[in-house]
Amino acid sequence: MVAASGIPVVDVPFVTVGGGIGSFVTVDYLRVYGVPTSQIRVLTNLDHPWQTYEYLTRCSQIPRTERIRSDSSSRPDNLWGFPSYALEEAWKDRSLKHLFNIATEPVFNDYWTPRAGTVFDNLEREAKRIDYFSMVAKGNVRMVRKRADGGYFTILTPPPGATPTRRVAFRSRFVHLAVGYPGLKFLPDLQEFRERHQDYHHVVNAYEPHEHVYEFLKTQPGAVMVRGGGIVASRILQRLMDDREKYGLQTQIVHAFRTFVTGSHGPHLWSRRRGGDGWAYQGFNYPKSVWGGQLKAEMRKLEGAERAAKYKQMGGTNTPRRRRWQSQMKKGRQEGWYHNMQGVVDRVEPGPNGRLVSHLRSEDGRRQSFLSDFIIDCTGLEADISEHRVLEDLLRHSGAQRNPVNRLEVERHFEVRGTASGDGALYASGTATLGGYFPGVDTFLGLQIAAQEIADDLARRGFCGRLGPIRSTSQWLRWARNKAV
Amino acid sequence: MVPTLLGRIQTRLFLLATVGPVVTLLLVPVLPGVPAGTPLGDVLTTALVVLASVAVLGIGWELLYHLLMQFRWEKDWPSLFGLLNLLNEGVLLFVLLKAGLVPGIPATPSAAAFWTHFTAVWLAVWLAANGPMRVPFIRWRFRGGRLI
Repeated sequence: MVAASGIPVVDVPFVTVGGGIGSFVTVDYLRVYGVPTSQIRVLTNLDHPWQTYEYLTRCSQIPRTERIRSDSSSRPDNLWGFPSYALEEAWKDRSLKHLFNIATEPVFNDYWTPRAGTVFDNLEREAKRIDYFSMVAKGNVRMVRKRADGGYFTILTPPPGATPTRRVAFRSRFVHLAVGYPGLKFLPDLQEFRERHQDYHHVVNAYEPHEHVYEFLKTQPGAVMVRGGGIVASRILQRLMDDREKYGLQTQIVHAFRTFVTGSHGPHLWSRRRGGDGWAYQGFNYPKSVWGGQLKAEMRKLEGAERAAKYKQMGGTNTPRRRRWQSQMKKGRQEGWYHNMQGVVDRVEPGPNGRLVSHLRSEDGRRQSFLSDFIIDCTGLEADISEHRVLEDLLRHSGAQRNPVNRLEVERHFEVRGTASGDGALYASGTATLGGYFPGVDTFLGLQIAAQEIADDLARRGFCGRLGPIRSTSQWLRWARNKAV
Repeated sequence: MVPTLLGRIQTRLFLLATVGPVVTLLLVPVLPGVPAGTPLGDVLTTALVVLASVAVLGIGWELLYHLLMQFRWEKDWPSLFGLLNLLNEGVLLFVLLKAGLVPGIPATPSAAAFWTHFTAVWLAVWLAANGPMRVPFIRWRFRGGRLI
């Protein structure tokens, strides 16, 4: 039917859709497992795998020189995680301070985390080593459908003029989806304000370019309302406070938390997370044991409501308790230019002189109004999976189901439940699969854990060999010498 | 690696059975505090019994560490803890040796010999567990330190 419609068909056994870091680490695993480039195609509209990640980190105030929130041994360019980023930076900087940091964290030091630039440079090196770019087919993926004879068709729309036809179909036995976040999610009151007043200047999302906010504040004293209690809010505050210090600015910061954490919290003695001044503190996105310890083992056994409850227990917005941030905020509170408070904003209205009025309602019933020049929404990238057309199509036509937290239900080996087709399989990894048997999916290490499960499942199905200790060591030696796989 | 109970025990036993003997064999001829004329075979036997004791007592220690780990929100065991545990484990084992409660040793080792050997093995095992282990065993760190 596809061929009859005039759409050219490309045969390739394994297709990955997305082309971001999720696709990259999966392809990296397969290449190291021994799959040749001719067997893999990456369908993507990105120029390189770290493009979206770099865009989002840069907008949220992490340029290449700054450090991201990720563990030293979570290396998407190195499936072994050894040497860690800390070892590498110690070697390059000829400095032991990175190693001292990592040996004494988190008790005597903050968690050591890599510079964004270190991550991107290494991804580029690994992409070249595994010949990643020769596997890329550019374009937008429209849908993935099961074939009557088993396997799948993935329909790609290449860039205009790149191919003789508007669409190309990839016929494959396996498909992997790593399409990332469906989109930015705005707080409803801010979305309403932006749409009603067509003001995309004063109300911004932290993940959008918003350098104009910081530039404005350099020209005259101003006030900013920051909303959210996660890592992005921390980063935005740091930028505002750094600028304040660096340029001697008079910026006033009002910081509203929907959930204001006042101290350690949790259901019992064995499950308490630190917190204070509004924040819930945690080194990384999840408790560390989700990537291999106790929580990972526990979650793997849970189903349905029990699993959802466990997610809820360990979830919640959080940020690391970094010493620098603590001292900046403390100074701000003492000097009266940083005001943190609990509250839900009922509505935002235009105020005098092009400013904004936020009407805040606290849990104790208090109502207050705040005037600010800008509002920065730091609440995240949490849109529903059905906003992504490929996922929506999958849910509608291919038997995919939702999991207990309403995202894509995947098996322990990351096959999308209900989508098997003949001897083919469809896998997914990344944020779309949050809520599954493995919780840390939307992280570097989580993507690698998924990639390993997928590669091992493909090995079971005979698509590639399994990576045992000997091949693993020899491949690591190739990685270390930057030799092709 | 963030351990599970079974993973802790397996990793300890595996590394003490692989890295442990290698370090021991290299060290035995040059250990300080060994009385002149002591047959090398006796020194080696004592060192291997010490190694075995670290393994056996270690199972008990790991149970205790696992219990203490439950009070940590992250349910992790930072590298620093793994390094510092050499103090409590070393002291207990040394006391047991001095009290003659460790069977199978030709002669109680001197403090210098014991601490040199014990510290060297501990550091080697700790370093191996904090990186090189991941090279041959790619699934190990995602399974809480389990090898099987």
